[in-house]
Amino acid sequence: MSIDKDTAAKVAKLARIHVEEGDLPALAQEFNDILGFIEQLQEVDVEGVEPMTSVTPMRLKRRADKVTEGGMADTVLSNAPDAREGFFAVPKVVE
Amino acid sequence: MTDLNTLTIAEARDALRKGDTTAVDLTEACLTQIEGAGALNAFVHDTPDIARQQAAAADDRIKAGDAPKLCGIPLGIKDLFCTKGVASQAASGILDGFKPEYESTVTQNLFDAGAVMLGKLNMDEFAMGSSNETSVYGNAVNPWKVDDRQLTPGGSSGGSASAVAADLCLGATGTDTGGSIRQPAAFTGITGIKPTYGRCSRWGIVAFASSLDQAGPMTKTVRDAAIMLEAMCSHDPKDSTSADLPVPDFEAMLTGDIKGKVIGIPREYRMDGMPDEIEKLWADGTAMLKDAGAEIRDISLPHTKYALPTYYVIAPAEASSNLARYDGVRYGHRAKLEQGDGIVEMYEKTRAEGFGDEVKRRVMVGTYVLSAGFYDAYYNRARKVRTLIKRDFEQVFDAGVDAILTPATPSAAFGLGEMADADPVQMYLNDVFTVTVNLAGLPGIAVPAGLDKQGLPLGLQLIGRPWEEGDLLNTAYALEQAAGFVAKPEKWW
Repeated sequence: MSIDKDTAAKVAKLARIHVEEGDLPALAQEFNDILGFIEQLQEVDVEGVEPMTSVTPMRLKRRADKVTEGGMADTVLSNAPDAREGFFAVPKVVE
Repeated sequence: MTDLNTLTIAEARDALRKGDTTAVDLTEACLTQIEGAGALNAFVHDTPDIARQQAAAADDRIKAGDAPKLCGIPLGIKDLFCTKGVASQAASGILDGFKPEYESTVTQNLFDAGAVMLGKLNMDEFAMGSSNETSVYGNAVNPWKVDDRQLTPGGSSGGSASAVAADLCLGATGTDTGGSIRQPAAFTGITGIKPTYGRCSRWGIVAFASSLDQAGPMTKTVRDAAIMLEAMCSHDPKDSTSADLPVPDFEAMLTGDIKGKVIGIPREYRMDGMPDEIEKLWADGTAMLKDAGAEIRDISLPHTKYALPTYYVIAPAEASSNLARYDGVRYGHRAKLEQGDGIVEMYEKTRAEGFGDEVKRRVMVGTYVLSAGFYDAYYNRARKVRTLIKRDFEQVFDAGVDAILTPATPSAAFGLGEMADADPVQMYLNDVFTVTVNLAGLPGIAVPAGLDKQGLPLGLQLIGRPWEEGDLLNTAYALEQAAGFVAKPEKWW
């Protein structure tokens, strides 16, 4: 399995990271190095093995479905790069 | 009296309780050292005002007779922990300017126990690295030095390791996703423990790979690790994977008696091309535990070889999903936009500017292994191999093994910049002995055990049964006493 420039561009797009056209071949090469290393996993016999879902066997706790905290819009917005009138502000999303 | 900053936590605690010193004096001694240690680049956000205020409050508590073990002890906090009102940016440009409105559970636990925060410590960006060279703050530097070269303190908790080894603080918090507490501890001649997954709450710790991340202490001695770990642990309803188990008095379990304990020596950790010095250190450590009365048993962990490739699927996959939150909307950096740029351009430019190269690489690898068509081949397969790696450990523990002894790292600290031209996989090999422990969720501790021929520290790792940190710390204590490691870096900074 070899990753080409177009696949690298597709992955960058999915990850929402801008990569300059000229940097794509080097990026594809790095992916190939890492994926080549990961490729060893194909030789392991995993027939009938369950994928791990929980590191330690534990049942997730449950709690009543009710609001425990809230009413702090200013605190929530305090680190926003752009907040206006109690909202996060972003570039126009809908035409 | 010796310089206060060079005390261990246990020594300082005893001196405070006897009234031989004060938290304010201890704190001032550390603050002075930090000021003079800019060359180490260990502390990246100093908080002297908070420290002085917490120290004064600690002195009041001690006077009032209400003094937990950590009361008045000055600590450094890894930049990955959210600390209320204090810059917490995971050494990343994307969190530039971020000041959390809340406190992480672990730091809150430490403050409740009376600890003093001196400042935030350098690390690899988002804890992704093994040399502290991916930090937006620049490299942290190892206080150990044997020639002209500046050496790495290891990573990702490099600033924590450097600060403790250089006596800038009495202890520090670290986090460990693949070895990020144990490898830097070994590179700097200090002790570091990663507890069982679920012992420390992850709430308020910037997430890297949620099924692997655990916080733990980095200290000068095993006793200090026991004291500090106890204060850090708790059940926390805000972390659904936090264990609802009582936290024992770990320090009280340090007897040094390991007679009859079974120590496993895994044959798969004897790798091709392992340096003779590491091999010898491991053999010496084995002999020390045997002399202390332990039974040594050769064991097999057959899937060890697949741990690193498994990790380099699972950790990037979880990172790509965790780091999706850095979108320039709610906190941190947002790129300047051109006329006509929409929201997608905002995301793509913000993330391209804010993340460093290693973080981008891992997010994209993670995105790839999770993408349609590859999910089963990579991600699901890695999760199955992870089950097998954990099963290997369960089988040896079921057969009566109490702890497993291995080297902590494949080498001593290397020079900063020396790995710059290597491909990323070469750097990943640093975690070869430590990463299995994260995949299996087990506790692991690195203990300094000797010097290599250049005069640099080397560490051994002990791996314990789940939830039995007390027993593991006691075995580490016996090893520490037998190894008698007392070397300190000579001050050049």
